[in-house]
Amino acid sequence: MQFFFEVLIGGLLAGVMYSLVALGFVLIYKASGVFNFAQGAMVFFAALTFVGVQEKTGLPFWAVLPITLAVMVLLGILTERIVLRPLVNQPQITLFMATIGLAFFIEGLAQLIWGTEVRRLDLGIQDEPIAVMMDNFDMMVSSFDVTAAVVAGVLVAVLAVFFNKTRIGRALRAVADDHQAALAVGIPLKQIWAIVWSVAGFVALVAGLLWGARNGVQFALTFVALKALPVLILGGFESILGAIVGGLIIGAAEKLAEVYLGPMVGGGIEGWFAYMLALLFLLVRPEGLFGERRIDRV
Amino acid sequence: MLYREAGQFRTSYAADQQLLPIRQDRILMAVLLAVAFVGVPLFASDYWLTALLTPFLVFALAALGLNILTGYAGQLSLGTAAFMAVGAFAAYNFQLRVPGMPILGSFVLGGLTAAVVGVAFGLPSLRIKGFYLAVATLAAQFFIPWLLVKVPWFTNNSSSGVITSQPIVILGYVFDTPGSKYLLVLAIVALMALAAKNLVRSRIGRAWMAVRDMDVAAEVIGIRIMRTKLIAFAVSSFYCGVAGALYAYAYLGSVEPDGFNLDLSFRILFMIIIGGVGSILGSFLGAAFITLLPIFLDVLLVDGALALGLNLPSGATSMVQLVVFGALIIFFLIVEPHGLARLWQIGKEKLRLWPFPY
Repeated sequence: MQFFFEVLIGGLLAGVMYSLVALGFVLIYKASGVFNFAQGAMVFFAALTFVGVQEKTGLPFWAVLPITLAVMVLLGILTERIVLRPLVNQPQITLFMATIGLAFFIEGLAQLIWGTEVRRLDLGIQDEPIAVMMDNFDMMVSSFDVTAAVVAGVLVAVLAVFFNKTRIGRALRAVADDHQAALAVGIPLKQIWAIVWSVAGFVALVAGLLWGARNGVQFALTFVALKALPVLILGGFESILGAIVGGLIIGAAEKLAEVYLGPMVGGGIEGWFAYMLALLFLLVRPEGLFGERRIDRV
Repeated sequence: MLYREAGQFRTSYAADQQLLPIRQDRILMAVLLAVAFVGVPLFASDYWLTALLTPFLVFALAALGLNILTGYAGQLSLGTAAFMAVGAFAAYNFQLRVPGMPILGSFVLGGLTAAVVGVAFGLPSLRIKGFYLAVATLAAQFFIPWLLVKVPWFTNNSSSGVITSQPIVILGYVFDTPGSKYLLVLAIVALMALAAKNLVRSRIGRAWMAVRDMDVAAEVIGIRIMRTKLIAFAVSSFYCGVAGALYAYAYLGSVEPDGFNLDLSFRILFMIIIGGVGSILGSFLGAAFITLLPIFLDVLLVDGALALGLNLPSGATSMVQLVVFGALIIFFLIVEPHGLARLWQIGKEKLRLWPFPY
């Protein structure tokens, strides 16, 4: 039982990371109905830019952060301007394919600028078991994972306040609800989209830093981001809460399956388990746990 | 002046419904086929045949399969490479385990196996669409190569998971030179392309397009959506499966499950986006474009760097490839969503009127 809980907590904390990436997807999907396949590439780009700037200039963490953030905001605005604005009113499938192209573009660009080798990213957080948990419960819980979870929690809280209490947040929700109506009451649609993409860039930066510090900044980051897809299927595409809960479920289920089911079939099932879970879930509840029941029945 | 259909009267239904109603088109197609079947094997070097033309044809066939599913039936798939893997490994096992199995029979059975797997992963499409479906096919993309690696039976207990294809023998003739392999692939691809061209203008092809354009309306006019979609998955996966078998047998010779990765799926998706979604010709144009572009970029970059005296970092060309691919996809989606095939069509329209503007 001890072991079970240890695996469970490890999985939940890994799930927090998935949630962080999934958050970026949800933000853009909510506001513009675009399923942004390039979110993973943005995470990668953010992490690589951060490390690259740090290496080139040798500045401390707090100085590099705003620089990288500025780059991400610029990237977000440019994406909106160059890629998505000309594609307004196109079918969703076209937009989706455009973001696949965007993902390739960003991945290539990031590596062209900063090189292809694996970088180490040090945030100064220790990745070692927490002593209290070790002593009292005899469980290994990494302090890094806990920090990541706290950061994710803060991020979600900030986003929740931003969406619910500020003027821009309300405008964002109005746009998400009905583009035409939002336009009619005088909400500047283009600015709102630019803001959304910037916020998604910011979320990508946070996710990129945490993921990068955990696994090293490398191309594989983009594959980790693909895991956000099953997370969204589980949680629902329109719900921030869904992204969090979905991430936790996927993270935990994946780790538990690897430990308990893995040995039966030869291991390595982490690679596809999340997708199969999502696939089964789709058959039962296509709109996800917290999504709106808006999906067209076929 | 040359390309004009004036004076060509269609006096029977057969003439009206033929694939290429304009005489000039028929002549062009005949010349094209003659060049492909006779001219190319006579004059092309082995490098051209093995490194360019054979992969082009194999990818064109896979793109054709994806185009049937995505372009005609409107179901986005990110698992093309997985279905190719099924085809390749199924053909290998049929050839290995069934004594006296003709090689073409293996290809067909490989394709049929892929079709069955495709239908299984297409089942979610009955309830969902759009990028939800992309996730379902993504599951296939990650699950199938894993399964092929984990179950040693599929790879005949090869420790590395690499299979080496058996020699291609048809009626005692061994296809072992680049030229003969090319001709075999060309014959299969030409036949299947013809079949696809006819399929998409048949009842079932029109049903696919109806479902793609508006599923509710299609249902109202009496199209059985479930059956139509599953047939699209089956036919598409069959094409991908045969393409996978040819990929293993005629192009690479030895393949491993991990070779059929997400990258390959994306590459084939790019082929149909650039070539033309919902066009048979587009599959070929896109495959040619995506096969040639990396070689062209390589030459351009290396020569360009030499000329400018720059020192290219290692791997720069593959990064530039990513950037160019990404940019091209976005460019085509914005400027010409119907791809190169549409440009070709526009060109033909202009040619009909030339030298007059309208």
